Amino acid sequence: MEIRPIISALMRSKVAMILIGLQVALTLAIVCNSLFIINQRFEHMRRPSGMNEADTFWFGSTGFGQGYDARATQLADLQLLRQLPGVVAAAPAWSVPMSGGGWSTGLNLQPKQKTSTADTALYIVDDHAVDAFGTHLIAGRNFKPEEVVNATFGDSLHPAAIIVTKALADKVFPGGDALGKQVYLDDDPPTSTIVGIVDRLQQPWTNSKTIEYTTLVPAHMPFGNFTRYIVRTEPGRRDEVMKLVEQKLAESNPSRIIGKMRTIEQTRNDAYSNDRAMMIILGTVIFLLLTITALGVVGMASFWVTQRTKQIGTRRALGATRFDILRYFLTENFLITTAGLVVGGVLAYALSLWLLTHVADAKLLPWYYVPVGFVSLWLLGQIAVLGPATRASRVPPAVATRSV
Amino acid sequence: MFSYYLQLGLRSLRRNPILTALMVLGIALGIAASMTTLTVMHLMGSDPIPWKSDKLHYVQMDNWSPDNPYNDDGRPPDQVTYRDAVALMEAGKADKQAAMYKLALPVQPANRELKPFQALGRVTYADFFAMFEPPFAYGGGWNRDQDAQHARVVVLGRETNEKLFGGQNSVGKTVRLDGNDYTIVGVLDEWNLRTRYYDLTIGAFADPDDFFIPFTTGIDLKQRSTGNNSCWKSPGDGWDAYLQSDCVWIQMWVQLDSPARLAEYQSFLDSYVNEQKKSGRFQRPLNNRLLDVNAWMADQKVVSSDVKVQTGLGFAFLAVCLVNTIGLLLAKFTRKAGEIGLRRALGASKRDVFGQFLIESGVVGLSGGVLGLLLTGLGLVAVRALYTNYKTVAQLDWTMIVTTVVLAVAAAVLAGLYPTWRACQVAPAAQLKTQ
Repeated sequence: MEIRPIISALMRSKVAMILIGLQVALTLAIVCNSLFIINQRFEHMRRPSGMNEADTFWFGSTGFGQGYDARATQLADLQLLRQLPGVVAAAPAWSVPMSGGGWSTGLNLQPKQKTSTADTALYIVDDHAVDAFGTHLIAGRNFKPEEVVNATFGDSLHPAAIIVTKALADKVFPGGDALGKQVYLDDDPPTSTIVGIVDRLQQPWTNSKTIEYTTLVPAHMPFGNFTRYIVRTEPGRRDEVMKLVEQKLAESNPSRIIGKMRTIEQTRNDAYSNDRAMMIILGTVIFLLLTITALGVVGMASFWVTQRTKQIGTRRALGATRFDILRYFLTENFLITTAGLVVGGVLAYALSLWLLTHVADAKLLPWYYVPVGFVSLWLLGQIAVLGPATRASRVPPAVATRSV
Repeated sequence: MFSYYLQLGLRSLRRNPILTALMVLGIALGIAASMTTLTVMHLMGSDPIPWKSDKLHYVQMDNWSPDNPYNDDGRPPDQVTYRDAVALMEAGKADKQAAMYKLALPVQPANRELKPFQALGRVTYADFFAMFEPPFAYGGGWNRDQDAQHARVVVLGRETNEKLFGGQNSVGKTVRLDGNDYTIVGVLDEWNLRTRYYDLTIGAFADPDDFFIPFTTGIDLKQRSTGNNSCWKSPGDGWDAYLQSDCVWIQMWVQLDSPARLAEYQSFLDSYVNEQKKSGRFQRPLNNRLLDVNAWMADQKVVSSDVKVQTGLGFAFLAVCLVNTIGLLLAKFTRKAGEIGLRRALGASKRDVFGQFLIESGVVGLSGGVLGLLLTGLGLVAVRALYTNYKTVAQLDWTMIVTTVVLAVAAAVLAGLYPTWRACQVAPAAQLKTQ
């Protein structure tokens, strides 16, 4: 190989070499860290909510005026909803996964426990909720209709029966024997019995550290004059049922406001819009960065080719093949890129450490991003230099005899 | 001379259109990325009320569980209890004071053609309007007497008045909220709040409040907050138990007109909490805070870490673009060694050559800056599309426009300095010889 002459040629234009190397280094550092962040967001967004997301929607109803009976309206609404064609299940629900608002409490094994055993979200629902959410019972049973008690918001909540998610059951009873056990949702007795376990149902808050810990509580308990409903439809009939529900409920009672109907798909979209925006912004930066770097390599290599036309001609006249010339420029680019990548590897970790100290929840860049980045930028450099290098290889040997 | 060099520069730029385009585009993209992100960060974190942000203080007291801190890092709860809020309001030790919370009420328009709708508003005290200075279109706030009388009065937001009364002066008319009639005492004008800094517990970029009613009235209606509520032990049954509980759900602001007043209030607050400790409350160590507006915004991380990371990346990208431009200018100027040698041989000084090439890079910078400004505008449109709640902070203002152009030219000139300096080092004789 002809590495020695390449290096000595490079040493004659150190600054240009350093500039390209620096550009490659910064690009590697930024691209690795951005890709890592994108990947983390992707994993974050990918977590299943535990619901049937495609066929489900939810909305609120607010009554007004002195004569309004929230509880009676709730029961009438549910009856109406369940009779509509296309509805598979409908239930009152204080909140739904990814909606961002809801109620959480500590779940305890002892009365007046100082530190809670687990933090759980409470979904105040009825006996149709497991079906309406589209989650799956993996142990125990659903609520019985008589377990859905009338409760007043603001009073202590002591449900006799609760259903919890598997993650919560395993957290509180690591032995896997949660079914039938007693827990405290309040400081004082009476206790609540775990009658069923569902495979998964997320809390309403996507950034919660305990997102898998959810408890279903059976009660008819409007929040003032407000009730939230969740409706699951037959596959493919969601949008049509949504329109029907809006119309029927508005007709059924004029002294209330039916809030906006929102599908779970919209709710997911809204909940993760910041993450998606971050991914798009970082992706754009990566794309632009790679473009600029590639164009920089092309520009610099073109310049070098022009500058060295005479020398190339001389080499050709002395017997170098076209391939030798091509290889010269490819090797040169490889050397510069490699030097830049080595510096870039260090920079990537410097950047990662900076993020670690300045950004909550940041993690250290996993090692494999660096070799992947190396290979990608090597390829990028080689492809970028190919054009100018090919042009160089076409310089005729006769150039050597001419004055430039 | 300047205009001649400018001509030379432009001619030289035209000679290599692709290289020139590459340099201009590089700078423009770098400028656009950094300025878009910087604008969002700058406007998000900017002082919402610069003339008095150091006088408005957010009250925090640590009434949390003796066994568990509210925040792991020791910061006290971000809201206060009802009993403490009322006690501080009744003591009235600050120059102005306002407790508040968010609530939702159905609005029943008198006009039968309008459908009832849900409105998100705020219950607060009379001082709120003097403290946060919202602009009034008609009328004004209510007074402290009306607070004491639990008056059924309301201040409407601009949009609510637009909906109900077509934007007409509605002061003196009544509006029905959840079955109760309220007399309108004031209507707000457009209130351009970038961040709704007076209540950061429900997100800094929420829509403006639809209405305001007296705190005392809200409590009479037994209206709970639709904002956040946190309890560390069960509040017990019913509304009265809730009011007496240690649940936090109210935001408390005080205005203190001088540092001396701030010190006085701090000691008043400490003695209040110490007094409460005697009755068994506030079992945690004394941890009262009176952060001013900007400190409270920083504490609540109004500028999210995502925005900071994006800004950092924007500037790193600009750095790469500059390195790129330096390389390309260097290539370009080195190519012109012959021309420079000739000019030098004909008597041009190094200074002349330096000036000529610096102007050329300046032209690149200026074009990059102008294009960058356009791209920044586009970038902000994209940010508004990506973050629907950032519409108030993804806007160009004059400071940012000027900063953009200055940054672009400075960046290009800086990038041009080294290549220009190199160009000046050309020895006339050597260049002429090889030709």
